[in-house]
This record gives sequence, structure tokens and C-alpha cells, in this order.
Amino acid sequence: MTLELRGLARRVGADAHIHPTDLTLEAGTMNVLLGPTLAGKTTLMRLMAGLDAPSEGRLYWRGEDVTGRRVQDRDVAMVYQQFINYPSMSVYDNIASPLRLMGRSADEIDRTVRETASMLKLTPMLGRRPLELSGGQQQRCAMGRALAKGAGLVLLDEPLANLDYKLREELREEIPRIFAKSGAIFVYATTEPEEALLLGGNAAALWEGRVTQFGPTPRVYRRPADATTARVFSDPPMNFMSLEKRAGMLRFGAQDEVPAAGRYEALPDGRYSAGFRPNHLELERHNAGALEFVARVAVSEITGSETFVHLDYAEWRWVGLMRGVRHLPQGSEVRVYLSPAHIYLFDGEGRLASAAPYAQAA
Amino acid sequence: MSSADTTDIPGDLAPDRARARSARRWRPSGSTLVMVLYILFLMLPIYWLINMSLKTNAEILGTFSLWPRNPTLANYRTILTDASWYMGYVNSLIYVVMNTVISVAVALPAAYAFSRYSFMGDKHLFFWLLTNRMAPPAVFALPFFQLYSSVGLFDTHIAVALAHCLFNVPLAVWILEGFMRGVPREIDETAYIDGYSFPKFFVKIFMPLIASGIGVAAFFCFMFSWVELLLSRTLTSVDAKPIAATMTRTVSASGLDWGVLAAAGALTLIPGALVVFFVRNYIAKGFALGRV
Repeated sequence: MTLELRGLARRVGADAHIHPTDLTLEAGTMNVLLGPTLAGKTTLMRLMAGLDAPSEGRLYWRGEDVTGRRVQDRDVAMVYQQFINYPSMSVYDNIASPLRLMGRSADEIDRTVRETASMLKLTPMLGRRPLELSGGQQQRCAMGRALAKGAGLVLLDEPLANLDYKLREELREEIPRIFAKSGAIFVYATTEPEEALLLGGNAAALWEGRVTQFGPTPRVYRRPADATTARVFSDPPMNFMSLEKRAGMLRFGAQDEVPAAGRYEALPDGRYSAGFRPNHLELERHNAGALEFVARVAVSEITGSETFVHLDYAEWRWVGLMRGVRHLPQGSEVRVYLSPAHIYLFDGEGRLASAAPYAQAA
Repeated sequence: MSSADTTDIPGDLAPDRARARSARRWRPSGSTLVMVLYILFLMLPIYWLINMSLKTNAEILGTFSLWPRNPTLANYRTILTDASWYMGYVNSLIYVVMNTVISVAVALPAAYAFSRYSFMGDKHLFFWLLTNRMAPPAVFALPFFQLYSSVGLFDTHIAVALAHCLFNVPLAVWILEGFMRGVPREIDETAYIDGYSFPKFFVKIFMPLIASGIGVAAFFCFMFSWVELLLSRTLTSVDAKPIAATMTRTVSASGLDWGVLAAAGALTLIPGALVVFFVRNYIAKGFALGRV
């Protein structure tokens, strides 16, 4: 039971919303579509569901070409970012509606609805209308409908984006547990790298209508195939600076040249782009080999126990995530430290040249 | 105000406030006054109509009386027993109901198309539909008369019902489109994913969502068709003669029977009042949600 996208693309007028995409999703897997707003997550999902027709390419479901098939005849369920339920029906009827259309017996419908409701903690609300429920309950009702259908492909389009923080945490824990036993293919769209990592499974990084990388989520995180993927899969986004290697000497950003050592020795000469995650930038020197940069503070935001520092270093804007509350006056110069082991190297075309050594283990 | 039995606390504002509130209650406020005058002004012709309908012709013509001296129901009896009178109501109701059903049935899919799809010339078509409402009915009276006569539909209920569609379909499309736009497209898609076919989705999921819109649209179609006189009179002679036409023709045929005419007029108010009563909640909701 697989879903296979072969060169699937969608264009509207002259705009390519989705560039030709090849993807194979295996049965019983959680697949996260990760990308910023307008990256094409929803469009890709709509193509998978059959709500939009692809401009080119084919879609195979269990080896069968389903490209032109009606939505009604496909084995899919979908949950939207907005809480979409049938307002004129009770929660019970909402969850039961796909089963009724499939012509199940009344006993079976009743059993499935009650099982689903108890799993989603909706049992006391079965008799109510969706609009009488809280946001989290409404979204659980929508999920209940998708789940009760028992579809082979379940699409979740940022299902938690409109919920408050607390409910989000709660549902995020429930989702993998709930969907794990169904054996269906799950596709989950999100803008948050953290959410993708928590859900696990596979991740597809999307950027401007292109799938830049697809693979097991931790692997995509630790070994991004290119700079774009690294940028998508980091929140705040990955920081970059230039790196030039010539005749055994390295020049990081606007620093003085240093002799190449360790993994940099084997690197061919040329210009690279060096990327590192915000949490690896430090205000104290923790090891002797750390690179030292003098940067200017642009903005400093304190979020409880952490401090986001926006720094201007030469022509680059960096964000540093510092532990603890730091009072850094705007415009002041600070010394920041970065271990070379945390640096990803991307070549001139943005492809990964060398992953950060700390991530090699994964 | 009796503040004698309560102890006065110096500087306590509470008793003052209570006094002020009760004083305000008794003072006639400007808005109440305006409202009462306005309602009196509105109700006066209706009161006078009912007043007349309960009098005899002699009293109507002979004296000025604010209320009937010898109340009589004879005028109403005339109307409800004479077929040439009460058939007017029946005819009117038949074509009005036909028109309402046709208008809403035609407007539902049209409004759905306008709200959900963009197609070539959709904006122009929508505007063109609205312009039909702007044209005076008199413009269409002559062509309709000739057209319906030549196809043998003259003096039938369906002729009037169809003629009124010219005004009511655009109106209903306009009202319904506003309501449908308020329903997120994702509900449609969720229904398709769940397995609903389009007709089933439309009837079972979509129509309950825009029920108030349908109520408002039906109300306006009903009322416009009920009060429209020119087309309905032009397109009928005997078999489908509407009540309004009966009233005008009776005047010329049998002299001025003021009492009976007033009774007939009073009775024409009833269907409208009934419809308003039944859809009043929808209308309030409709004016808030929809576009009208």
C-alpha cells in the first residue's frame, strides 16, 4: 500500500505552484511536509487528495493510476487547518457521516463512532453541535471523522495551527498514538521544524513548490541535502556566512585566514557557504578551538529563560539563541563563539559539501 | 423616594444613584417619543383601511368617524362567499407560490456557481442579472403580453409566475450568493472526501447551512410577486386574475363599493403578515449575515 507521485506538477497560468515532484510514501508511515507559508504544502496535499488536478505527472495508489479519479472514489481523509465540520449535524452524525455513505451497518457505525469518540475524548460531546464546542474539540471532531472513515491516506493540513499552545501540545502527543495503529499513510503539513521532529517518521522539506529533500525526519534535520533544506528545517532559520579555502588556508566570513585542519584539510579549494544553527552560537568560549566573531547587536529579545539575539556580522544577519536572560544593549559589540564542529558546509550551488561533525552520528 | 427609613451615610452616592435611575425611568425619552409617533404614522393608513372595512357604505360616505359606529362583517362576507372575489386570492396565491418555488430553485444552483467558480464573464453576468431588477416592469409588459399570447400561455398562472421570475431570480441569486460565500469552500471539499456526491452534499449539508438565506430569498420573492400589479394584470383576464386586478375592475364595474374594497385590501395584508411572522428570525439573521 503505497502512494507514489511521479513527476506530479501543478501550474496556474504561468506560475508553477508545484514543480515536478517524485515521492513515494509507504504504508503505515507518518510523513511530514515541512515548509514555510506558500511553500506549496497545501497544494501538494490537494493534489494527493485529488481535490486539484495536476498539470502533469501521474499519481499511483497501490500501484494503480488514480490521477483522474473522483475525490469521492478515493481512499482518503483530510483535516484542514480551519475547523471544518458539518455545522448542522451533531458530533455523532459528523463522525458517522463517512461510514453511512459507505453503507455500513448501524451496529458497526455505532461501535466505530463510540470507539473513535472515546479515543479522542469526545464521548460527552457526541450529542452537541460542532459550533457549541471549543476549538480543540472541534478539531478533534474533524479528526474523528477522518479517522472513523478508516481511509488508507490521511491528510492533515496544519491541523494544530489554529489552536492555542496548551491544546496544541496535547493533540500533538495524541496524533502519533492515535494514527499509529491504523496502518494508513499519514501526511502532516506543518511550518514548524520542532513539530516535525516531535512527530518523527519521514519529512519532506518544501521550498517554493519544490521538495528539496525527503527522508527520515532526524536525518533530514541532521544532514540537510542543501542550504535551502537547512534553512527550512531550522527555527529560527540557519545562519550563514562565507567560507573560502585557498592553498591550505581558510577564511571564515571576514575573519583572518587560519590554517585548515581536521575535516577542512580534505576540502577542495573554493568558495563555500558555512551554516550553523542559532543555538550553537555562544557568548562564552566553551572549547579552545571555537571561532571568535565580533558582531553588533541589532535586536535582543528575551523570551523567559532564553534570549534571541539578532546580530550583524559583516554583511550577514545572524540570530543567536542564548540560554538565560542576557541584557545586550542595542548597537553594542559582542564577542560570540562558534565551534567548527557545528558548521555545515554548502558548495557554490548550495548542495551539502560537508555535514557538521556533531551530526555525523545520526 | 423614601430614604427616611434608611440611614444616610455622608458621601454615599448609592441612594442618589438609585433616585436618579428611577427618575430617568419616568421621564419620556426622546427616542420613545419618536418611535411612538413613527409607528402611529405608519399604522394610520392600515387602521383606516380596517376601520373602513367594518363600516357600511353609508357610514363611510356620510359621516366622519374614527371607529365604526355599527361594526359589520358584511363586507368580508361578500368577499368570502363570492367566487369572483375569493378566486382572486386563490389565483394570486397560486402564481406567487409557483414563482417563489421556481425562483429559489433556479437561483440556488446559479448562486452556487457564482460563489464557487470563476468562469468567463462571471462578473458581467452577475451584474447583468442585477440590471434586470432595475428595469421598470412596464418595459416588459408589452413584449410579455404578445409573447405569452402567441404561445398560448395568456391568462394562466404559470405565465405570471414566469414573468415575475424576471425580477425575482436575480434578487434571489444576489441574496443567496452572499450567504453561500460565507460558507467555507473546505466544507464542500470535506464532504466530497467523505464520499458525498454533489446533489447529496447540496441537499444534506449545504442547504441547511444557508437555510436563513433561502428563507430570506423566498420571503422577498413572495412579497415582490404578491404586490406586483402591472405584469400580473396584463397577462391575465379571467382564469388567473389576481386579487389586485379584481379590486380595480370591481370599482369600475359596480360603482364604488368602498366597504367591500376596504375589506379586500385588508385581506391582502394577511399573507404578507403571515410570511413575515414565520421568517422573522431568519430575516434578522439574514440581514446581518447575507448581503442584502
